[in-house]
Amino acid sequence: MKVEVIDGAFDPYEQISRYQGQITIKGKFGAVACFIGTMRDFNENERVHSMTLEYYPGMTEKHLSNICDEAAKKWPVIDCLLIHRVGQINIGDSIVLVAVWCAHRGDAMDACRFIIEDIKSKAPFWKKEKLDEGDRWVEKNSSGHSNSL
Amino acid sequence: MAITVKYFAVLRERFGKSEDSLNFEDGITVADLWEKTMNGEDMPKDLMVAVNMEYTKSNTLLKDGDEVAFFPTVTGG
Repeated sequence: MKVEVIDGAFDPYEQISRYQGQITIKGKFGAVACFIGTMRDFNENERVHSMTLEYYPGMTEKHLSNICDEAAKKWPVIDCLLIHRVGQINIGDSIVLVAVWCAHRGDAMDACRFIIEDIKSKAPFWKKEKLDEGDRWVEKNSSGHSNSL
Repeated sequence: MAITVKYFAVLRERFGKSEDSLNFEDGITVADLWEKTMNGEDMPKDLMVAVNMEYTKSNTLLKDGDEVAFFPTVTGG
């Protein structure tokens, strides 16, 4: 399992490929479920130019590790890779990567969903958006579907 | 007892600081700490609190050396 909080752009597809190449589980997994969160140029009917992500050094990493451990208790997770950006983030940048390796697709997708939903509601990160007119703290994450909060 | 208090996001900006090192008498809770540091202001309903980097409730009793963090609803991912 690998958990990382990074201040700087990363390529999630390269990270998945590299991590999978390092882990010695070839033949054991039949599914890799991935979630990649990406910076939009709109939020709550406003144009967004960029954003800054703040975090709680120490607690954030600990919380992310705990989420992965918890997922591994609920599902037969073989391995997990979790990377989350902090600092300034530009349109189109990857914000978060969750990748879960399991023997079967159902477990991989359920564990991946569990981890990202926990991050959305409990991991100590805070987004501040740069809009046409000034900055705005994001007060809450959306439910994850269009036209809903 | 010595308590370190941390503020994040909008709270950090609002109070103009990210951290306080304070001394209090024994026996105070998280809610007492909020009241003393915020001059009696009510705790926001959506306030999140951690003690020593673990989520906790407002009635948690603090001890010497604790690190308490106050922050708004999280918005990562």
